[in-house]
Amino acid sequence: MPEIYSRYPMVKYLRKEALPTALCPGCGGGTVLNAFANAIDQLKLDPRDLVVVSGIGCSAWIASPYFLADTLHTTHGRAIAFATGVKVGLPDKKVVVISGDGDLASIGGNHLLHAARRNIDITVILVNNFIYGMTGGQVAPTTPFGAKTTTTPYRNIEHPLKISETIAAAGASYVARWTTAHVYQLIESIKKALTVKGFSLVEVISQCPVQFGRRNKMKEPAEMLRWFLKNSVPVSKARNMSEEELEGKFIIGELVNRKRPEFTEELNKLIDEVQEHFGLKEV
Amino acid sequence: MIIRGDEPEQVRLLRKLYKPGNYFMQGNEAVAYGALFAGCRFYAGYPITPSSEIAETMARELPKLHGYYLQMEDEIASIAAMIGASWTGFKVMTATAGPGFSLMQENLGYAVMTETPLVLVDVQRSGPSTGQATKGAQGDFFQARWGTHGDHPIVALSPTSGQDAFWETIRAFNIAERLRTPVVVLFDGILAHTRELVKIPDVDDVEITYRKLPANEEEARLPFGDPHGDGVPPMPLFGHGYFTHVTGSTHKENGLRDVYTPEVHDRLVRRIHRKIEKNREVYERYEEHFTDDAEILVVSWGVTARPALGAVLRAREEGIKAGLFVPKTVHPFPGERMRELGKRARAILVPEMNLGQMILEVERYVNDDVLLKGINKIGGVPLTVEEILREIRGVA
Repeated sequence: MPEIYSRYPMVKYLRKEALPTALCPGCGGGTVLNAFANAIDQLKLDPRDLVVVSGIGCSAWIASPYFLADTLHTTHGRAIAFATGVKVGLPDKKVVVISGDGDLASIGGNHLLHAARRNIDITVILVNNFIYGMTGGQVAPTTPFGAKTTTTPYRNIEHPLKISETIAAAGASYVARWTTAHVYQLIESIKKALTVKGFSLVEVISQCPVQFGRRNKMKEPAEMLRWFLKNSVPVSKARNMSEEELEGKFIIGELVNRKRPEFTEELNKLIDEVQEHFGLKEV
Repeated sequence: MIIRGDEPEQVRLLRKLYKPGNYFMQGNEAVAYGALFAGCRFYAGYPITPSSEIAETMARELPKLHGYYLQMEDEIASIAAMIGASWTGFKVMTATAGPGFSLMQENLGYAVMTETPLVLVDVQRSGPSTGQATKGAQGDFFQARWGTHGDHPIVALSPTSGQDAFWETIRAFNIAERLRTPVVVLFDGILAHTRELVKIPDVDDVEITYRKLPANEEEARLPFGDPHGDGVPPMPLFGHGYFTHVTGSTHKENGLRDVYTPEVHDRLVRRIHRKIEKNREVYERYEEHFTDDAEILVVSWGVTARPALGAVLRAREEGIKAGLFVPKTVHPFPGERMRELGKRARAILVPEMNLGQMILEVERYVNDDVLLKGINKIGGVPLTVEEILREIRGVA
């Protein structure tokens, strides 16, 4: 229906032949795609200067294939490792990874940690919906304690990973967390993440009414958004709260924003030094 | 659009850094220098015995050539980073050994499916599992062929000396670029650590190939099409405004995913097979010694081809009509030539440092009336001339 596309100003950033999306009605993925497109638009970035890499799962589909840029849809969990090669090859381009919590923090957890440590200039938008959505709603490393999933039918007895806090500690230049109920803040954070030189992570708490909500008494998308709003705590306020008080809360805002030597710059600097040292520069 | 490594600046640097002449070096170093001469300017790897000197040499030499060395967090990340870098226009390589090769298999399949040129050197060591980590072996013959899942073709080469490793690594890059495919180099721990004479040529004496790039916008829009009829699509590189979509899922010629139409999968996977099958002249290579009148044919590969040649020479001195056939490209196996040679031979001996792997390929091409026998040794110690000669005498 072309008239619907024409009413959405961000459609110019989408691969029309790939639409409509495969996302379920009420999925937070659409919000993330919209926020990302708006961030690109507001920064006036040419999509030709973007390479978007993603892994496997619903959230991996958000930008790949739907976003109109060079897109690399990779193997499960490995998006950041692929993106590392792309960034070294194209240090002047913006390299963005958009994928889910299962993909980036579970099977791909090692790459996430090491990319943050390396501080390579890649922006990661991690869509955290607490669940393995596409493969049928199994437990994830982000599933809340006590929640029900298809593989924790009685209750989840594992503790969820605090992704943003972990990556902030690992050495990222920029880390922020928002929910899909904080769209404007989310757009601002994506813009900052894209501008910061170094590894940046934007964690988006996102609703999966179909696989997560339905099994945890929130089958309507709006119920999940209300749950996010009710339980969100700004990072400044959270600093003065105890661990018990923060149990089950979503800490939102910027966790880290700092300057550290960036990997591709350091790599090129090193090459320059080596060339100088061995007298290899053209005279 | 350029493939990094072919600029005149690179030729000047190579010539300045590596004077032609004879050098005494490890097989692993020969692999690394071969890669540098072939235009490799991106290496991502994870150290593992007995391949580590390849990484060490690349880490030392690549920056001199404006190239990039990345030590990744594991083997999976290494091959992933290579694929990413290859799509930006680099010639890329990694080196590993058995366990690392196992970890790379999923992304090796991804490289086959997305038609990404790369060179993967597997310095074979003893297994299964950690096995004898520091010892050589020839046990990954089938891992190279069948390690990843699905129907897929693979090209695998196997050098027989340090000098050979230098040239075979260059050839691996040329095949990878020409056919837009991953190429495996099956090296081994013994040759990897043997120091011997390696002649470094002048840059001008090295013929190198670069991948086909799209000639126009139309070709760039079909990153998985077949505009030239050879099964090899031109490769639109990232960063040039083509909005290329690359996925390991079944995709149409324009790169977009379509996993539901049987014809799309059939067309894609058959073309990927066809481009390897139809371009045999690009990669097929073997060596022959005294095969014209050989009654006893020794078929061997990699490190074992050397004592095998010694044994054949000694047998000839004794008046035994022995010959040697050495497939240098082991996958796809040079079956046609094997069939011809098999018709003339009375007995075929297949020495290898495993419990019988390449012999199964040989068996497919020889008749039942030929005596076919493996000479197999495991434990990390290479076969000797004597051991192979004894078997030749036994069937003479």
